[in-house]
Amino acid sequence: MGQTRLVAALLLFGAALFAASPFVIDAAPYESTMGLIQRIFYYHVPAAIVMFASAFVCGIASAIYLANRSPRADRVAIAAAELVVLFGIIVLVTGPLWARKAWGVWWEWGDVRLVTSLVLWLIFVAYMMLRRFAGPGSDVLAAAVGVFGMANVPFVYWSVNVWRTLHPKTTVVRTLAPEMLIPFYWCFAAFVCLYIALLLLRVRLEKSRNELEAVYAEIED
Amino acid sequence: MTPGFFRTAWIVARKDLVVEARSRELVYTTVFFAVAVVLIFSFSFVVDAKPLTDAAAGILWVALAFSGTLALGRTFERERQSETLKALLLAPVDRSALYLGKLIGMLAIMSMVVAVVVPLVVVLFRVSLDGVFWHLLALLVTGGLGFAGVGTLFGAMLNRSQSRDVLLPVVLYPLTVPVMIAGVSGTAALLTAEPNLPRAEVWLSMLVLFDAVFLTLALWVFDAVMAE
Repeated sequence: MGQTRLVAALLLFGAALFAASPFVIDAAPYESTMGLIQRIFYYHVPAAIVMFASAFVCGIASAIYLANRSPRADRVAIAAAELVVLFGIIVLVTGPLWARKAWGVWWEWGDVRLVTSLVLWLIFVAYMMLRRFAGPGSDVLAAAVGVFGMANVPFVYWSVNVWRTLHPKTTVVRTLAPEMLIPFYWCFAAFVCLYIALLLLRVRLEKSRNELEAVYAEIED
Repeated sequence: MTPGFFRTAWIVARKDLVVEARSRELVYTTVFFAVAVVLIFSFSFVVDAKPLTDAAAGILWVALAFSGTLALGRTFERERQSETLKALLLAPVDRSALYLGKLIGMLAIMSMVVAVVVPLVVVLFRVSLDGVFWHLLALLVTGGLGFAGVGTLFGAMLNRSQSRDVLLPVVLYPLTVPVMIAGVSGTAALLTAEPNLPRAEVWLSMLVLFDAVFLTLALWVFDAVMAE
């Protein structure tokens, strides 16, 4: 039951960090040019980092699954893929909210991170659709999407980066004052705790589901 | 005696080409579909009887992607009708060679589409290919290879899945976003009044890198996935 305790501890710790985060963010200095909206940054950036990390977790787990068909790697891959979509929603909602205030537009094709996040999110939505609708054999199919999705990240980033030079550039000043780093790391820790707890829980759910299916199959035989 | 790697690939490709040469089903339907796509887009992007600048490149690549998806779906549909893909996989040959053979067959179809759609776009959108022809051809070859390379892998894997017709584009389009960006941007740099060759070459180098990485991955994944 060691893992249950770990999950509970992570959830509790993460929840406590989240509960306290508004106060910590409030204590940070007020950003003069962007004002209040700058504070979205403290949720947006950690969610984005966790999203990209999760894509790599899924990609690596998928590659392992393709290589040796370990059921455990498959469970990690599906959990990580779902979390890419989940944290991606946070990123793709908070990003435009911030952009509307800071740049005056909801969507900026010139921002490489925004576009890369969208493409990555779409790839993992496709991953989930495959798992849901492709029927038998969808596990290997989805694993291939996981591997290709991970390999795609540098290409998408690079191509959007070169592509945007055709468009007016938006310069974002992202030099953080030390006082702003504290709430940033605080929220980052909260997101990482939440991510690990959700990943472990989801892997376990998938494991129970597999076991249940195996039992059903046995009864029918 | 089993044939070598490239020989196997060639046998598979030749089989596809012979089937196609007899029915001409894929070439006719795919090329006509691509023409229809170009026309539909022409009605959207010709304003006041004048084509929008830069629209030509986008339309060319969208027509290629759409008709390529259609051809992929159809070519594997054919393999499924009499379970011939399974028979191919049972053959005592290198499975990666089967992938390569299907890919060559796919590229042959797509080059037919290119041969019709490019002149059509040139005429309809009043662009000139003077001095940029070889650059454009290189972009189309590398871009088509990247698109068909990823597409052939997922087309083959989706062969026995449910809702494969809709799942193929759902998976393929996000994964080939770099190909579309590079293809469209590179082509747009060429199809202007003052072509920017160095810019097109930057995109070309990206496509070459994309092809190298994803074809290697596809060969490995195809071998791993089709093992059972």
